[in-house]
Amino acid sequence: MTVRVQTEDFDAGHEIAALRAGNPRVGAVASFIGVVRDVNDGDNVAEMTLEHYPGMTEKSIAGIIEQARSRWSMFDALVVHRVGRLKPTDQIVLVVVTGSHRGEVFAACEFIMDYLKTSAPFWKKEQTAQGQRWVEARVSDDAAAERWRSKD
Amino acid sequence: MTVNVIYFARLRESLGKSSERIALPANVKNLGDLRELLRGRGGAWATELGEGTSIRAAVNQDMAKPETAINDGDEIAFFPPVTGG
Repeated sequence: MTVRVQTEDFDAGHEIAALRAGNPRVGAVASFIGVVRDVNDGDNVAEMTLEHYPGMTEKSIAGIIEQARSRWSMFDALVVHRVGRLKPTDQIVLVVVTGSHRGEVFAACEFIMDYLKTSAPFWKKEQTAQGQRWVEARVSDDAAAERWRSKD
Repeated sequence: MTVNVIYFARLRESLGKSSERIALPANVKNLGDLRELLRGRGGAWATELGEGTSIRAAVNQDMAKPETAINDGDEIAFFPPVTGG
């Protein structure tokens, strides 16, 4: 498994190729890319700054991947999350999961993303015309993560 | 017993502090006790770390509950609900 928190942008094609390189057992690859939007809660967002808790953030994401591995048949996973200053259209996060079959990797990829949103320590601060503001956690994100618990 | 306490995001800004070392009185044994001690500083500390707030905490980089015990040398973090992804 690979977990990286970085300020630099990422190339999804390159990351996917590297994750499945030389593994002929891989029959399915699911990926998700999160991107900065220009509007949030009705206001135009000019820029945002993401901060994290070095050490705990990486550990938390590794733990989420381990949980996914215990629930679905998958080979490997990669999560790259950016921090620092980002602008609309910039990529924020990449999740890639490899496995034998699509059902398992689709589910594992969505699970990793849902849990990352609600438990990995990252915080966003937006710059809007009204000034800077910290983004509030969303109830809908908690509900998305909770959904997986009810499937246990 | 001395612990290292870290504050993140909105909390760091409203408390005006990113981290500090605190020598704990003997009656502070768990996370809930520490939070109460910090609230006792008044002002932003009392409001930001108040009972009804949604502030989260971690002990040695694992999510923790008020009853989580704290020990000498621990790294304790307080932060708002996370908003990554």
